[in-house]
Amino acid sequence: MTTAPERTAVRVELLVDQRWFAICDLTDLIPGRGVAALLPDGTQVAAFVDRAGRPYAIDNRDPFTGAYVLSRGLVGSAQGRPFVASPLLKQRFDLETGRCLDDETVTVQAYAARVRDVAPARGVARGRDVASARDVAPARVA
Amino acid sequence: MSAPEPAPATPTIVLVGHGMVGQRFLEALADHKVTETARVVVFCEEPRPAYDRVQLTSYFSGRTAEDLSLAEDGFMVRHGIELRLGDPAESIDRAARTVTSRSGLTVGYDTLVLATGSYPFVPPMPGKDSDGCFVYRTIEDLLAIEEYAKNCASGTVVGGGLLGLEAAGALKGLGLTTHIVEFHPRLMALQVDEGGGAALRRTVEDMGLIVHTGVGGKEITADGTGAVTSMALSDGSSIDTDLVIFSAGVRPRDQLARDCGLEVGERGGIAVDERCRTSDPAVYAIGECALAADGRVYGLVAPGYEMAEVAAGAIAGAATDGFTGADTSTKLKLLGVDVASFGDAHGTADGCLDVVYSDARAGVYKKLVVGADGTLLGGVLVGDAEAYGMLRPLTGSVPPVAPEQLVLPAGLGAPAALGPSALPDEAVICNCHNVTKGAIRAAVTEHGCTTVPEVKKCTKAGTGCGSCVKALTSLVNDELEASGVSVDKGLCGCFGYTRAELYEIVRTLRITSYAQLLDSHGRDGARQGDGCEVCKPAVGSIIASLAPTLGASGYVLDGEQAALQDTNDHFLANLQRNGSYSIVPRIPGGEITPEKLIVIGEVARDFGLYTKITGGQRIDLFGARVDQLPRIWARLVDAGFESGHAYGKALRTVKSCVGQTWCRYGVQDSVRMAIDLELRYRGLRSPHKLKSAVSGCARECAEARGKDFGVIATASGWNLYVGGNGGADPRHADLLAQDLDDEQLIRLIDRFLMFYIRTADRLERTSAWLERIEGGLDHVRDVVVDDTLGLCAELEAMMADHVAGYRDEWAETLDDPERLRRFVSFVNAPDAPDPTVKFVPERDQVKPDLTVLSGPAIPVRTLEGTASR
Ligand SMILES: Cc1cc2nc3c(=O)[nH]c(=O)nc-3n(C[C@H](O)[C@H](O)[C@H](O)COP(=O)(O)OP(=O)(O)OC[C@H]3O[C@@H](n4cnc5c(N)ncnc54)[C@H](O)[C@@H]3O)c2cc1C
Ligand code: SF4
Ligand code: FES
Repeated sequence: MTTAPERTAVRVELLVDQRWFAICDLTDLIPGRGVAALLPDGTQVAAFVDRAGRPYAIDNRDPFTGAYVLSRGLVGSAQGRPFVASPLLKQRFDLETGRCLDDETVTVQAYAARVRDVAPARGVARGRDVASARDVAPARVA
Repeated sequence: MSAPEPAPATPTIVLVGHGMVGQRFLEALADHKVTETARVVVFCEEPRPAYDRVQLTSYFSGRTAEDLSLAEDGFMVRHGIELRLGDPAESIDRAARTVTSRSGLTVGYDTLVLATGSYPFVPPMPGKDSDGCFVYRTIEDLLAIEEYAKNCASGTVVGGGLLGLEAAGALKGLGLTTHIVEFHPRLMALQVDEGGGAALRRTVEDMGLIVHTGVGGKEITADGTGAVTSMALSDGSSIDTDLVIFSAGVRPRDQLARDCGLEVGERGGIAVDERCRTSDPAVYAIGECALAADGRVYGLVAPGYEMAEVAAGAIAGAATDGFTGADTSTKLKLLGVDVASFGDAHGTADGCLDVVYSDARAGVYKKLVVGADGTLLGGVLVGDAEAYGMLRPLTGSVPPVAPEQLVLPAGLGAPAALGPSALPDEAVICNCHNVTKGAIRAAVTEHGCTTVPEVKKCTKAGTGCGSCVKALTSLVNDELEASGVSVDKGLCGCFGYTRAELYEIVRTLRITSYAQLLDSHGRDGARQGDGCEVCKPAVGSIIASLAPTLGASGYVLDGEQAALQDTNDHFLANLQRNGSYSIVPRIPGGEITPEKLIVIGEVARDFGLYTKITGGQRIDLFGARVDQLPRIWARLVDAGFESGHAYGKALRTVKSCVGQTWCRYGVQDSVRMAIDLELRYRGLRSPHKLKSAVSGCARECAEARGKDFGVIATASGWNLYVGGNGGADPRHADLLAQDLDDEQLIRLIDRFLMFYIRTADRLERTSAWLERIEGGLDHVRDVVVDDTLGLCAELEAMMADHVAGYRDEWAETLDDPERLRRFVSFVNAPDAPDPTVKFVPERDQVKPDLTVLSGPAIPVRTLEGTASR
């Protein structure tokens, strides 16, 4: 990467095993769309930002087809809650809880996510929790 | 002649005549299960089974004999009916109870049914048997006329009634200078009154037909070869004409009955009672050959159908109502003019009064006949028959508003108050199938129908002549509303507008962003939100198709547009079940050079892709990972390929046959036209995918009539068909216009496509759209051919913008490093391939390895019904 050292970067981080893990820059994400990322153990996650710039992350595997494609779904909101619709058969998953909105017996893992300003010049990370409500332990997995 | 067969063991029913009414009779017999126990033998004079004679003229506008066929495939076999095509009955022996046919077969019967229809009356005019003289009753007649007309410049129709006008329209359509000779002082004398006839005449003359009323043909002159050259008229004048069609009325075909001593009417027709039984209780007569119990011979199909039901019921021993007479109301579109008459159209009742509205300039004439007590008795409508659907059911009752308000054009103080909701439940809404308002309401309230097509299927209403569909639609909507089924036509949970409404909003307010549209026009709870997977691609497509006109970027990976697209559009490829993508380069018209074929083969080999030929004459390459897409496309673009838009709701392919260049039958260069069309409309975003095809002649090898827009070559140009589709619910495309030159064809397709894109619902194919929109094909023709809404210039300009603004999405993507960054499997490991996208061998190629993904099999949620949440 060739970014100038004094520029601050904004990172998207997920809470994995009690630790925040950076997966990409916020600029890698288009609001309303997702990306897939690999966690240290090889797990695939799907990360998104919504229109307001809030980050989310859930498992990338679509439980209905087994394909690792949820990151390629479209983000929407229903009753004020964000969801992603699987690009294959269009089931919707709540981005905060991982619950499937179209089949209540199905849930995918959800991860707590945040964005953080990183100021490499000073070498100190300054926390800026955009959505502190979600900076809690991952939602219960069914 | 062979000896009579031994007396039959099972009861035998013999039907003579397999026309419209004969076929309906057979269906009714099957419904009553009579066919399970009785032997049924049918003598059919024509070389083909029953067809829709009412729609006969549509043969000239492209309907084939098969399209017109009435007997559903396998009907005869399924019910064990013996149909003897081309073998008319020649004599009946009532004492022996046998019928003998032309081929010499003699069949014994227990019950005999005569459904021999009518024959056209040919006035005893000298020269009437010259070459070039025809009648207008069967498909064979039409074939002969079509053939003969090829060498004619002018034609004359004798008779200005309903059929005569139809025949005249057909001659004009064949390119002849056309005369109509009518003995009565006005056209359609039987149906309309003087005022109506005058309005009709003006309109018909404006179309370039030459009308002679109050005169008769006196003599036909032929040349040395016996071919018609002219017709002398009773007023001493004469018309030069190469062809004559007699359409001077029909006469019941009762000769068989006369010969065997059955009672016939003074002016013809086999006399029957209310059960359709003749003077011999073992013999029935139905349809146009019968003289009904009310002393009339009915020349319309609906009363014939009723007789068929009655006779079948009587034979089955079922308790059904008898046939005591029928309504002869009609609504027709003759030569493009609406004409309707109903009830006592001529005001023959005592003390009745007329209410007349006439606008000679517009060719509109409306008359209502009202009884002394205010009862509506009948009427005539010419030029504007909108009100027919309402007025006919009101006939016989006192209308809820003053009669004059019923004929005034909308906007001239006529209240819209009188909808079909004002009608009583017993009112017959669909005359063709005798469906009452009550039955239509019950379809909604008791049978749970929620759309007009469902109600049509359930009740059959609206599936005959179609004239009642307007009234039907408004009834169904009223009923849905009343029963609390709120008909939310909104696109989805985010927008209360339909796709067509959103299109208009985007176009007129020049909105170029989804967020802007959601915040300004979304439902209350949805504004400022994130939208949903239904409206995002739909609005994305609207903005993309309007982009060239709005001056916005049409590129689907630009800015906010990128976030609106379904994954297929996002990655410009088709997502397959294991998360891999397939790639379809455009191959315009299905024409490809060997060099390009080799490139496709090499790319597939080098990237290990599975290849398959598509139904749209191109090649699909399966099994690419996201991160391989740019490299694959770099090679394809290099070799001159571009995106085939197989991933988008957009134009897919324009198929073609080899056409005139190679095929010995071809009459035009279908390949060139297909390539031109495909290159013109490539990249055009639409509510659903669009498919097209071009055939080089009427043999139709490219299957153009199974496409959204299909083109079939004719000797003089192209015929354009619209609204076809294959798939689960196949539909043959309808003829929109014929014999177009290249320029006319393209202009018309431009308009048609833009009008569709503008007014269709989300995911609505052209076929469903044509069936849904009010007025159907006629309305679309009015708008795009006759420009009645004055829209055409705008539609053409929008298409011109599209054509000018087209860029290949893949070439653009490859040129832009920012966009290319998206094509990675993992954002934090751009070089790592996705380990879950794996393949195993099959038949010398690859297929997805699903064991990697093994998960529970789960039912599929369909895309339908998403608007209700
Ligand atoms: C161009 C045209 C347009 C029309 N438009 C309308 C319209 O808009 N609305 C409307 O209501 N009606 C219309 N009609 C009239 C309608 O077609 C007839 O009312 C209907 O076809 C009558 O049905 P049918 O079965 O009695 O007679 P047909 O359909 O004529 O059938 C009789 C059949 O019997 C056969 N036959 C006769 N004698 C024998 C024999 N000895 N042995 C075996 N077979 C025999 C004939 O060949 C024929 O196939 C139109 C007719 C024409 C020609
Ligand atoms: S449609 Fe006609 S021109 Fe085309 S291949 Fe078939 S026969 Fe030949
Ligand atoms: S009245 Fe003809 S279809 Fe209904």
